[in-house]
Amino acid sequence: MKTEIKKLLKSIQIKAQKIGRPLRLMELCGTHSQTIAQNGIKSLMPDNIRLVSGPGCPVCVTAQKDIDIMVGLALAGIPVAVYGDAVQVPGNLMSLEEAGRKGAEVYIVYDITEAVKIAQKKPQLVFFGLGFETTTGMTAWAIKQGLMVYSAHKLFPPAMKALLANKKIKVDGFIDPGHVSVIIGVDVYCQFPIPQVVAGFEGKDVLIAIEKLLTQILNKERKVENAYQRLVKKEGNLKAQKLIQEVFKVADADWRGLGKIKKSGLKIRSKYQQQDAEVVHKKLIQKIKKEIKIKPSACQCGLVLQGLVEAKQCPLFGRSCTPDNPQGACMVSVEGSCNVEFRYVQNNK
Amino acid sequence: MCLAIPGKILKIKGQIAKVDFNGIQKEINITMVNAKIGDYIMVHAGFAIEKMDLDRVKDIQNYLNT
Repeated sequence: MKTEIKKLLKSIQIKAQKIGRPLRLMELCGTHSQTIAQNGIKSLMPDNIRLVSGPGCPVCVTAQKDIDIMVGLALAGIPVAVYGDAVQVPGNLMSLEEAGRKGAEVYIVYDITEAVKIAQKKPQLVFFGLGFETTTGMTAWAIKQGLMVYSAHKLFPPAMKALLANKKIKVDGFIDPGHVSVIIGVDVYCQFPIPQVVAGFEGKDVLIAIEKLLTQILNKERKVENAYQRLVKKEGNLKAQKLIQEVFKVADADWRGLGKIKKSGLKIRSKYQQQDAEVVHKKLIQKIKKEIKIKPSACQCGLVLQGLVEAKQCPLFGRSCTPDNPQGACMVSVEGSCNVEFRYVQNNK
Repeated sequence: MCLAIPGKILKIKGQIAKVDFNGIQKEINITMVNAKIGDYIMVHAGFAIEKMDLDRVKDIQNYLNT
């Protein structure tokens, strides 16, 4: 295997040299950022290849407003359930973890079936539905089981479109997400005129993706290649897509960093409005929204998510902001660029 | 968090399958896949999101060998 990796790295070196200009390749999935850091892939790249992280960490892109609403619901006495990664994200008032310490009922779950079980005893439980297409199908399943959900679910392709529309963001190729692609397939990416490779999560998967991107750039091609065929099908997972379609409808959504993006979110269809926390707790949520006071912060998470700023360029990074005392979502989530940079790079210096 | 954990289906009861992950067995929801006993599935947050195409696993090896 070592010789194979060496061959790949050699090929990357040769192709990068032939291209001869600085290139920025963006990995769009937080787990890819982690693979890159874990395997020291950035340090293996030729000088003209820069790997930058994109908006692929679901917890990170969740808007502050949605965190504030969940905190508000919890403080109002409504039991809430949330994936572990989201519990520490600081809201304008506090995080869900702090709300729990103040007596609110906050349940951390590994998977949504645990929330369904809790709701059997506590039917008023609200689950914080967040993430991309990978987890949306699971939330749809749980809603059909009767679980109440506050949906901050997001669609991945509109974020890619928004990135490409921002002229400040210079990217020469995308490493497309692995598990999002399992659900949505490969064809959906063809609308973006940029070299793209769908990749798996091992170090060699990412190296293959980089090598394929360089080949495309060298040949002046702009296509979508699937280097994760052992799992990702051209058309995606049709059963999951049908489930999502049945329960959710497309709506505008707020993203941390990217702002409001049209038709980039998923809200619960009226057929399931009894499971929609935004309908059931409409008045309370309006009140929470009115009372949100934006807390000023020097946190650069929004810019980091767009690849405009690197984690270590943030003035808070490693000083007042660490994984033990995160000031923003990018340092909270294990997939967040700041968290990954702190754990794998800064800490090992 | 896209933890890539493939497992083999040992038993199926309705939407739930007993899945073996290298000796550790866990119950996994298989609502989103058409899977049968003996299939390898990729699991994400307690749910099977797709069946593994074992023939394709060789593809990556072939690419590395070229």
